[in-house]
Amino acid sequence: MDVGKVTRRRFLVRAALPTIAAGVGIGSPRLCALAQAAASVSVLPASGPGPMPVTLNVNGRAHELRIEPRVTLLDALRERLALTGTKKGCDQGTCGACTVLVDGRRVNACLTLAVMVQRKAITTIEGLADGDQLHPMQAAFLAHDGFQCGYCTPGQILSAVALLAEKRATDEASVREWMSGNICRCGAYPNIVAAVRSVAGQPS
Amino acid sequence: MSGLVGAPVDRVDGRLKVTGAAKYSAEIALPGLVYGVMVLSTTASGTSQVDADAARRAPGVIAVMTPQNAPRVDSGGNGAGDRTLMVLQDEVVRYDRQPVAVVVADTFERATDAAAMVRVRYAAAPAVTRFDAAAEYKPASGGRDVDKHKGDAAAALAQAAVKVDGTYIVPVEHHNPMEPHATVAQWDGDQLTVYESTQGVINARRTLAQTFGIPTASVRVVSKFIGGGFGGKGSVWPHAVLAAMAAKLVNRPVKIVLSRPQMFGSVGFRPQTVQRVALGAGSDGRLSAIIHETSAQTSVFDEFMAGTGAISAVLYGTPNLTITHRLRRLNTSTPTFMRAPGEACGSFALESAMDELAYATGIDPVELRLRNDTQVDADGKPFSSRALREALRQGAERFGWSRRDPRPRSMRDGRLLVGMGVAAASYPTHRSAASALVRVNADGTALVQSSGVDIGTGAYTVFTQIAAEQLGLPVEQVRIELGDSAFPAAPNAGGSQLTASAGSAIKLAALDARAKLLALARGDASALIGGAAAIAALMRTGGVETIEGRSDAKPGDDAQKYAMHSFGAQFAEVRVDPDLGTVRVVRFVNAFGAGRILNEKTARSQYIGGAVWGIGMALLEHTRYDERSGRIMTANLAEYLVPVNADVPAIEPIIIPEDDPHVNEIGVKGIGEIGIVGAAAAIANAVYHATGKRVRDLPITPEKLLA
Repeated sequence: MDVGKVTRRRFLVRAALPTIAAGVGIGSPRLCALAQAAASVSVLPASGPGPMPVTLNVNGRAHELRIEPRVTLLDALRERLALTGTKKGCDQGTCGACTVLVDGRRVNACLTLAVMVQRKAITTIEGLADGDQLHPMQAAFLAHDGFQCGYCTPGQILSAVALLAEKRATDEASVREWMSGNICRCGAYPNIVAAVRSVAGQPS
Repeated sequence: MSGLVGAPVDRVDGRLKVTGAAKYSAEIALPGLVYGVMVLSTTASGTSQVDADAARRAPGVIAVMTPQNAPRVDSGGNGAGDRTLMVLQDEVVRYDRQPVAVVVADTFERATDAAAMVRVRYAAAPAVTRFDAAAEYKPASGGRDVDKHKGDAAAALAQAAVKVDGTYIVPVEHHNPMEPHATVAQWDGDQLTVYESTQGVINARRTLAQTFGIPTASVRVVSKFIGGGFGGKGSVWPHAVLAAMAAKLVNRPVKIVLSRPQMFGSVGFRPQTVQRVALGAGSDGRLSAIIHETSAQTSVFDEFMAGTGAISAVLYGTPNLTITHRLRRLNTSTPTFMRAPGEACGSFALESAMDELAYATGIDPVELRLRNDTQVDADGKPFSSRALREALRQGAERFGWSRRDPRPRSMRDGRLLVGMGVAAASYPTHRSAASALVRVNADGTALVQSSGVDIGTGAYTVFTQIAAEQLGLPVEQVRIELGDSAFPAAPNAGGSQLTASAGSAIKLAALDARAKLLALARGDASALIGGAAAIAALMRTGGVETIEGRSDAKPGDDAQKYAMHSFGAQFAEVRVDPDLGTVRVVRFVNAFGAGRILNEKTARSQYIGGAVWGIGMALLEHTRYDERSGRIMTANLAEYLVPVNADVPAIEPIIIPEDDPHVNEIGVKGIGEIGIVGAAAAIANAVYHATGKRVRDLPITPEKLLA
């Protein structure tokens, strides 16, 4: 085996380790066999390329970074560029808190590697207002109390901005459906729907 | 500026939240900050042996903290939950996802990678992983709330003309606030500063000081914004202790942020409850007996008990009442408070049983509840105010309850079954001692300081309104600072008590400042009219730079004389697909009398959020364990389901005006928790009405309706 080169087998063994440990003690013969196989493979040092230059165009400004290619857009924004308005809720693409716009399209920044979106226009919540003038969606969320703790709010707002551009927000039911990728645990959904519909010019 | 309190003012911190400028704990940037990632156990019971050699050699790794090199801590053995904090002090594993090591590295990616290289071997020990297999015992904590007896409920039940008797199950639920728990810890000599996602900085400061054996004054805890708590952030949990331990070990500030799967580890949960509720009544529906027996889980090493049956001493009058609470020890982490701990589960059982009694007696469910209304609690204490009757009446009116045909499966919308359900709600009014500072500046503006934390409730806003009203200032001329243990003490934002406690203190501090301004004006109140400009002129004339109003507000003795509770009513309408067993809530009306409402806009949001939690509890939320191993199988938001936008219909909260002079200086009763109380029962009762199927174990999932 070449040290520093990830083979498919080694990758699978490493990925399976937590599962294997879970299996030990519950007597699953298949898992125990896997665990024995894993135990015979020494754990390897981190592999893959080191930090590399990455240019991100965020809110109309170019940022030069030196980051490992495994760094997500979310962690690049939050931990390297101090743009912490983009939130990490799950890091698994299930909650929508990290929603940003990439070339106008809403994406989960946690499932996007930073290196993938070089030369693309990234919009975060920090780039939405025009100076002191809130974006109409921001103002609507404030006026309709479309949040409580505020943690899902940047993602909700960017998702809502993209939704209107997608021209899918035709009525209340469609707004609810197309905003369902953004979880709000405080349960502000009816107010979020009211905010989105007010910007869409729909009577509530 | 009278009339400011109660007005639907936009959140004063709202602009920070919609622009992304609000800084949550994980977002605090400190020079030299490094990243800690926890390694969690993969067994529910045993001893761990950590091999961290590979991880220590991985790029960027500064240290791997294990029981061998972790700083010693001592949680002191006082109070529930504290053994949870004795982390990395030995090799014993007592629950799935218990921290067994922490990797500290220069980046999050490198710490995460190295954490995956830590190899842990376990010597397995027997684990109690099944609720049914755990022995029941009477809890030592909980005091007089454990058991309550009045009359002879068993005998009265035996003799009752009508009786219902059922067992109701609420499974383990996890809070899952959108912001994962996060801690940034920094030592400066023996001084510890912790930026912590917590519902209470004073409580966190005391716990951390005790755990590290340092004076309280040596610890500062800051929590300016937290992304939801719901009770889960009401305690200090292992990661906070680990961050501080790691910061000591590497002599640099350390940040630990939980991953979503780690949120199912050692940060508490709503324990499973199995409740027996038996009701005896005359043919007129009047209750002669309530028996409410709860069995709930706790951990093998700590005790947590919620007053699940307490609501049965409050909602209805009965001459015979028995309430008991028992616990069972399982190899899980320790459960904790979760939105309306006790009442949320207790109301599901009691209010489902009341619906069953309504069908058994043939009395309308709203009418049955009205007939059993009471003016005293089970101890004979009169209620300071009680809006149950009015909430039921106004809620039924708005909901259109009279259109309901009570026969199960009698109403349809095309091929879908239609159901309408009701439940009653109550939640106790708590209050603790709190202090506050209101400083009037030379320019006539004011600064309010309290250590209370705004967990999304709107505390920043309503506290500003309270101070502004007393000083005659518009809200824009009052600045507020919360969430720092350096500020005057306030209790946790929990138990729906922060506003009652800190809000009262802020009112008293503002009154103190106002009295000092009045003295400056030689009693001429007209000198204070005109906002900051008038006050600035007054202070200039008087030659003072600042005026400080302070207060130490404490509960009065009215709590001994009166039973203090919020009351409400929940109305739900559902559509059930008879072929698929799917349930959709299509309409929800809830009505609450909760004392004075300080801000109608934020209050309505709390009530809406409570109903959304009721939908989750009734239909979706369920933490599943593998009962063979005690491991959690649903540790993410794809498998632990919470309501999303499409699950939530229009929700119409009704605010019942209430003027209660007994509860506290500002007349509030607390609104954060009552919204979930009874909500799941209203939905379950609607499902029964739609289908004729009584589901007594939550959540109500399709297979239970198709069975």
